Amino acid sequence: MISFDRVTVTYPDAPAPVLDNVSLTIEEGHFALVMGATGAGKSTLLRCVNGLVPHFSGGRLNGTVSVDGRSTERYRPRELADAVGYVGQDADATFVADTVEDELAYAMENLGVDAATMRRRVEDVLDTLNLHPLRQRAITTLSGGQRQRVAIGAAFTASPRALVLDEPTSSLDPVSAEEVLASLARLVHDQGTTILVAEHRLERIVQFADVVVALGAAPGEVRSGVPAEIFATSDLAPPVVRLARVAGWSPVPLSVRDARRLAPELRRRLEAVRRPVVAAPRGDRVAKVKALSASYGPIPALAEVSLDLHQGEVVALMGRNGSGKSTLLNHLVGLRQAQRGSVEVLGRAPATLSAPEAIRLVGLVPQDPGALLCAETVAAECRDGDRDGGLAEGTTRAVLESLVRGLPDSAHPKDLSEGQRLALALALVLAPEPPLLLLDEPTRGLDYGAKERLSLQLRQLAARGHCVVVATHDVELVAEVADRVVVLADGEVITDGPSRSVVCHSAGLASQVARILAPAEWLTVEEVASALAAPASEPAPRNETAR
Amino acid sequence: MLRSRLQPLHPIAWWCWAGTLAVAASRTTNLLLLGLILAVVAWVVSTRRGNSPWARSFGALLRLGLFVIAIRVAVQVLFGDRVPGDTWFTLPSVPLPHWAAGVTIGGPVTAQAAIGAFCQGLQIAVILACFGAANSLASSFRLLRCVPAGLYEVAVAVTVAISFTPQVVLSIARVRDARRLRGRATTGLRGWRGLAVPVLDGALERSVALAASMDARGFGRRSSSPKRRRLTAAATLAGLVGLGVGLFEVLDSGSASGIGLAVILLGGALVIGGMAGASRGPRSRYRPDRWRAAEWLVVASGLVAAGAVVAAGGSDPSSLTQPLYPLGLPAVPLAALAGILIATLPSAVAPAPAPVRAQLQEAAA
Repeated sequence: MISFDRVTVTYPDAPAPVLDNVSLTIEEGHFALVMGATGAGKSTLLRCVNGLVPHFSGGRLNGTVSVDGRSTERYRPRELADAVGYVGQDADATFVADTVEDELAYAMENLGVDAATMRRRVEDVLDTLNLHPLRQRAITTLSGGQRQRVAIGAAFTASPRALVLDEPTSSLDPVSAEEVLASLARLVHDQGTTILVAEHRLERIVQFADVVVALGAAPGEVRSGVPAEIFATSDLAPPVVRLARVAGWSPVPLSVRDARRLAPELRRRLEAVRRPVVAAPRGDRVAKVKALSASYGPIPALAEVSLDLHQGEVVALMGRNGSGKSTLLNHLVGLRQAQRGSVEVLGRAPATLSAPEAIRLVGLVPQDPGALLCAETVAAECRDGDRDGGLAEGTTRAVLESLVRGLPDSAHPKDLSEGQRLALALALVLAPEPPLLLLDEPTRGLDYGAKERLSLQLRQLAARGHCVVVATHDVELVAEVADRVVVLADGEVITDGPSRSVVCHSAGLASQVARILAPAEWLTVEEVASALAAPASEPAPRNETAR
Repeated sequence: MLRSRLQPLHPIAWWCWAGTLAVAASRTTNLLLLGLILAVVAWVVSTRRGNSPWARSFGALLRLGLFVIAIRVAVQVLFGDRVPGDTWFTLPSVPLPHWAAGVTIGGPVTAQAAIGAFCQGLQIAVILACFGAANSLASSFRLLRCVPAGLYEVAVAVTVAISFTPQVVLSIARVRDARRLRGRATTGLRGWRGLAVPVLDGALERSVALAASMDARGFGRRSSSPKRRRLTAAATLAGLVGLGVGLFEVLDSGSASGIGLAVILLGGALVIGGMAGASRGPRSRYRPDRWRAAEWLVVASGLVAAGAVVAAGGSDPSSLTQPLYPLGLPAVPLAALAGILIATLPSAVAPAPAPVRAQLQEAAA
């Protein structure tokens, strides 16, 4: 269905090709997963399929990409619209119409599908993607998960033979993500659509894939095969696979369900190991939120939220898309003023402070860390950081160096990888040493390696006495790093407790390891690995905050 | 055929209705009539608009109208012609050299000058409100789908531009937030100076992504040759301009002059020729907007309102103006008032927008 024959892509002004001599074939009706570290060329590979590379991106493409027997050399993306549906990384930037129905029909209108067929297909897609109740809604009023489903539907109504999606769940909460992926699986099963998806959070998607295309670090290194074969050796692997390696299971299970069948034996081995609860000393109170309520027009965003935040703890803020996480962070950092209730950081209300005062008290790394960066080079960015914070020259650069080693001074922030960009933004925010550090969805677009480094950095910051609050959908990150989890739903605090008990006892928020080993309370692969390695009765290395 | 429950009123019907009310407003400075037109427009908007982003444009244009009134009165008071009449107070006047004759600064301010300026400002504000109402009630996306095939590219460019505006507003907010997080000024000149580049940068990136998405969904697949396409587009555009100029000529002079009619006819012919000549390409329409009884009623109600005001002006021109010498209360032209009231008809005959319908169903359940 989709074939790459010795494809090499070089972007203009780039010293080296992104893809080098890549050949691969995706059979009709397969669900194919593209994985690889950030910057490995996943997006480029996907955009080649319908000719957006090179027709839209510029650059050179050697070799042949063909879909359904048609080569992208001869056909432009618009002429392949009936063969390939494409959903880009940022769904919001792709909407043309203003209501759901019109957006779904847009591709068919361009293709000249007759009115009766159009009506029928729109109905089909409304049903398949469960968008029926939203058909007349303005797209701007939908939640993130709903918008993502509309974008998929809009690419799918023209019933292309293949559907290409670039990180369709990266901004979604676990439940919405599952919904989106399940509807993709339904398209494969019911309609025989070929699907090509790039995704970082493998734990969400591996179970659906028939084929995995693994892009290596070098531009020419591409392997494809059935998941079991690829994951037997791959560095990038979801927790279930890494747990299997630790436990010595073979063949490697890919879903929680398969792993649970093998789990009883491992649970027995782990029972012998005592996992002591070490009470981390809890520091002084850094911030206090009291009965905070907020709303956007008539829509309530926060309802009577009360929260104390302390030195040295990492707090995960979880909840559906639109549950009020970002609103709470915006109040804590002072971007919004409390309408009712109060917010205090070290006894002062952040919204009343001037910007230079506020950044010494509380720092926020926003969802898109790139938004903080506006200089031309890394060095200039660090200099600006020193000047904004009134710091000694070189402070920001030193902080950056402690986060990632050896970022070139002359690099343009836009050319950095996602992980490096996040580190730079984090360094800018950390340089004035705010006691309260907030991160909004920091793992979006990060591969497992970058995520691991981030977890380590956050733990170190907490150990140095910062209070770290992370708003995230990433349950694996929460399992790694959080001492305490606060769950919001419709603007209310639903749960506030130590992460182990919250993560292990919630269906939606449990990490893969927690699901596999339930009812035993284990969170991460590392924890299990060190427990198995340690002789019985030795304390496991990870501390637990007692509350 | 019955109206589908999901079919909103034809956008052109809304624009005709709002346009006729704007014509009515342009004929009068009578406070009573202007106030009634404003009330009618606001009532229909409040009962028949959806909750889409463009539905808020009515409020924005109302605010713009207030601003216009304030500016109009302020300019009259400070720099305007010295209108004779009952002096309220006298501003210190600045003597100007001879070559600036006709411009005055300060001087006596009369009630006639202030009230006259207010009425003119209000007239403009009401016309703006009519424009805002059309924007609130009719989706610009649907309106642009009605343009002739020859102008399709132009329409798409306009659609994209429209969808852009709210995005730019959001993006400004994001960049301001980011500056605050970096500890920089967000207000004053310094705050605004740092905004332009990142906002434009974001807007550019977004437009490229949108273009890619449109292309990937088959936008721009056409059968006819580019040369013929340009020709038909040019003919249609020229025809539309001709129609506009001709209509302006006729409306402005208040009589059907020969030249005006000729230009209208020529423009009409060009538009029809352009539309017929343009190949429709392979495009088709999902839920095309149909013109049915409700559309006729909505347009007719607007025509009645405009007709009543014009007729009142024909029989008694003074009834449409604010009496200034002597200052007095505006006249009460009953026929015109009744005609304007008829323009509330759309709030009964036009289909309710989707969210309102959902609420009604919820309430019933």
